[in-house]
Amino acid sequence: MTDLSVDLGFIKLKNPVLAASGTFGYGLEFSPFIDLNKLGGFVVKGLYFSPRPGNLPPRLVETPGGLINAIGLPGVGVERFSEEILPELRKYNTAIIVNVCGESNEEYASVVERLNKEEGISAYELNISCPNVKKDGLCPALSPKDTFSVVSLVKKSSSRPVITKLSPNVTDIVEIALSAQEAGTDALSLVNTFLAMAVDIETKKPILANTFGGLSGPAIKPLVLRMVYQVVSHVKIPVIGIGGISSGKDALEYLITGAKAVEVGTANFIDPETTVKIIEELKTYCQKKGIDKIETIIGTLKV
Amino acid sequence: MIKDPQALIVGKKNWEDYYLFSLESSGIASQALPGQFIMVRISAQPQPLLRRPFSIHSKEKKNIEIFFQITGLGTSLLSQKRIGESLDILGPLGKGFVTGESFQDKVIVAVGGGRGIAPLYFLSQELCSSGASVKIFYGGKSHKDLPLKEKFEKDGIELFCSTDDGSFGYKGFVSDFFKAELEKLNPSCVFACGPEEMMKKIAQITQEKNIPAEFSLESVMGCGFGACWGCVKKIKKNFKEEWTKICEEGPVFSREEIIWTEEEK
Repeated sequence: MTDLSVDLGFIKLKNPVLAASGTFGYGLEFSPFIDLNKLGGFVVKGLYFSPRPGNLPPRLVETPGGLINAIGLPGVGVERFSEEILPELRKYNTAIIVNVCGESNEEYASVVERLNKEEGISAYELNISCPNVKKDGLCPALSPKDTFSVVSLVKKSSSRPVITKLSPNVTDIVEIALSAQEAGTDALSLVNTFLAMAVDIETKKPILANTFGGLSGPAIKPLVLRMVYQVVSHVKIPVIGIGGISSGKDALEYLITGAKAVEVGTANFIDPETTVKIIEELKTYCQKKGIDKIETIIGTLKV
Repeated sequence: MIKDPQALIVGKKNWEDYYLFSLESSGIASQALPGQFIMVRISAQPQPLLRRPFSIHSKEKKNIEIFFQITGLGTSLLSQKRIGESLDILGPLGKGFVTGESFQDKVIVAVGGGRGIAPLYFLSQELCSSGASVKIFYGGKSHKDLPLKEKFEKDGIELFCSTDDGSFGYKGFVSDFFKAELEKLNPSCVFACGPEEMMKKIAQITQEKNIPAEFSLESVMGCGFGACWGCVKKIKKNFKEEWTKICEEGPVFSREEIIWTEEEK
């Protein structure tokens, strides 16, 4: 019997496979396809304090091995989430992580303060890295100073562990990671999408109404593996890998590199059963290799 | 809504760049309603990455059909699949057309432009079995763009064909033909699927005559089941305009709900 559980210190997951925010709706969208209880956990769609409409369409464009999105974080807001959705999510025996958004540091804090009152949330994932809500992809995760100030404020407001989701659109991600660690984040998740664009040669216009969007999917995996490698070599807190994971093999690459868990994103759209299949593939790998505890392979990369 | 990872291709026909596939999928066929769609995984490889949406063209016992035109990489690769291969599909998805007993003995008109004819065959099957008298307007650029003509005729459905170039039937846009015939037909309800400009005109005409109408909208979709929020269009709900997921709350909407995009070219 292989033990797939992983201990992030502040939370023990039954396996290292989480579903990534923005690709898993509020979780319930996937219940016709998979048993949500099987997951290590899932991160629900980003929540601002109030409901939001999101960006103008077109919001999506496919590129080779990738998907550029400029959804712009539409959502039901924290009140409706707490009243209508969270009670449904509590029925599942899996870690529910809420992705927290804000136009300002104060908004992040007020979302967390409202959610503190609700049962059934395992942690908050701080979304300081969405490239689609401000002009030119601006977000706090692009600056060590802004990262520090939002993370430290949220940590003060939060009664729960905080995972900070970083942006890849920086020169030195280690600098940002260290800043978030110094501000007290309990873990890091790497990474949000890569700022990108696509052009229509007939209309000579950007395909996305927002001009820019965020690239995700298999195309980004090598880039993110490199970032995870750099960050785990410098921080003491757990790192969760996100980027182009659609198979057990992909997940293992991240775990071996040093990620304690992974989030599966774009692959959920292509095959809503992906997360559960990855868990099965991890089990098979461990059994084949005679590994009793999957934790023992984390960070075993030989360089 | 279910995932059928192995829907067998049991039939395939083609006319130039138009294709009709018959897929064996008892689970999806048993639940399918006119106007609903499926998401087809084209390749196990990451190119093309996303599934592609296709409205359900017909259902018969265990089988459903999809009708499509090659418009890009996804449909091009799909067209190369052969009988005996299987497809990974999700469905039935979305909300379809209003059908049922209330249409008994009523005249119903459905207008299809180009590949937009796809869902209207299933719709006419359903309406005919409820005892409605169904008239189909089928428009295309040219004669070759009306490959399903015989299929409708074989079922005894009255067809009104038009081509933009006049190579078959009425010369001009299908919306103009529809307008010219409307008075005579006096339908109780109109359904339409096709290019947005065509549907917009049908919306205007039916509004002037105060005839209820429903439209099947098209959008680029990421997932097809409400998780990505990528396929939104502006829809009127409770007197408010909201970016609404086409895959989940549509693809069929009533005329009153739809806010057509302004022409910008």
